[in-house]
Amino acid sequence: MSVSTLGAPVRAETNPESPPTAKKRRRLPDLRRWISPLAIVALWQIACGTGFLPPDKLSSPWTVLQSGIELTRSGELGDAFVVSTTRVGIGFVIGGAIGLVLGIVAGLSRWGNFLVDPPVQMLRTLPFLGLIPLFILWFGIGEEPKIALVALGVAFPLYLNVHSGIHNVDSHLIEAATALGFTRTERLFHVVLPAALPNTLVGLRQSLGIAWLSLIVGEQVNASSGLGYLINNAREFLRTDVIVVGLVVYAALGLATDAIVRLVERRALQWRS
Amino acid sequence: MAELTVEVRGLTKRFGERTVLHGLDLDIAPGEFVALLGRSGSGKSTLLKVLAGLDTAVTGKATVDGQVSVAFQQPRLLPWRRVWRNVVLGLHPVRGRDVALKALDEVRLADHADAWPRTLSGGEAQRVSLARALVREPGLLLLDEPFGALDALTRLAMHRLVEDLWQRHRPSVLLVTHDVDEALLLADRVLVLDEGRISAEYVLGHPRPRTVTDDRTAVDFNRVRTKVLGDLGVTERATA
Repeated sequence: MSVSTLGAPVRAETNPESPPTAKKRRRLPDLRRWISPLAIVALWQIACGTGFLPPDKLSSPWTVLQSGIELTRSGELGDAFVVSTTRVGIGFVIGGAIGLVLGIVAGLSRWGNFLVDPPVQMLRTLPFLGLIPLFILWFGIGEEPKIALVALGVAFPLYLNVHSGIHNVDSHLIEAATALGFTRTERLFHVVLPAALPNTLVGLRQSLGIAWLSLIVGEQVNASSGLGYLINNAREFLRTDVIVVGLVVYAALGLATDAIVRLVERRALQWRS
Repeated sequence: MAELTVEVRGLTKRFGERTVLHGLDLDIAPGEFVALLGRSGSGKSTLLKVLAGLDTAVTGKATVDGQVSVAFQQPRLLPWRRVWRNVVLGLHPVRGRDVALKALDEVRLADHADAWPRTLSGGEAQRVSLARALVREPGLLLLDEPFGALDALTRLAMHRLVEDLWQRHRPSVLLVTHDVDEALLLADRVLVLDEGRISAEYVLGHPRPRTVTDDRTAVDFNRVRTKVLGDLGVTERATA
């Protein structure tokens, strides 16, 4: 018993000490976490060097790095990068606009909710990547099906989050704004939409993740340019190094867009911290 | 200036089968501080919403002379606006920071002008809400249990502050509360609302600032308190 009564205050006293150290650790990432990833890369390199992993199955990290530099120098990677980013960009703008507008309409108006929500909820359950055959029939094999796939993937998460964000606005705040003489439009812009912003940004992050995924899948189908084409073309020639370079660029693009949204979040949602 | 700030005649409000306000009459003179007591469901909130212009689906007459401001039980600040921007929210056209700072100074929060509402304590947020209500220079200030969610010490300080602000700006005040002592401390007139009508009225002419323990007023306050509690359906023990 005496131990536990002594133990509690000691713990309480050490607790305030721990946050600063935790903060320090976050600023300087713990190097120990790098041991195993570096070991894996080293093992990968050794496995390739000894012939355990033949280059037609997987090229060594060193070769991948060299091909990366090579592809960048020749401009092939840059061109593919531009093509793929443009596809995501256009698809994202179209799908984002659709999701945003439908979400606002369904969130704000009762009839909008009755008319818009059911079909969207039904379509949402479709595995949209499975629509590729239909899209090829509708749009051919050019840019359109790829952009359409991205737009479709983007629209749903944004719609759902905007819709629920508007739906869950604190009615007390709206009442207070009304009492302060706000018109309907003023309430929309000063209360409803800012209140829905956190959810909207969550939707945006999900949307961007899905946008890249849709692009990758879309580019596996009959692409004659872009990162997907680069990868598929490399497969024909057993160039596993180029395939890995393509994958790394995909990953980097995904991480970069996510980081941008997080930056926007941090700036726009300052008031929440 | 009009003779009355608030004039309510035969105000009736029905929610389906239930009649919440039952031909209610109410007058509030300019600069008068009125406290409204009533049990839950007596129609207090409904009356307040009608006066605030938030509920217009009523029959009867309810006119208010001048601007109306409301301070709710919860401060209801917009969390994405800094404190000073919340203060000038109800000014049309929107006015500047200096106006907000002056109003914040009156509630002794000028140094929090640039803070986010989330970082304020309950009492501080409620003071911002008061500043937001008063900066509109209202003819009628509606206080909907604004101290209900505060701790006892903060509440005492808020009583003083509200009295102070009222004396400086002289709006008519309608304070809706559950707390009989709060009503006795602050109001010129205490009304009891029961079944949608004003069922009792007590005029308090005692000098301010008042305290419940003041010897000169204690006997009087005890008498009124017992009566009001009786009106509200509570009987005090003799030993209390």
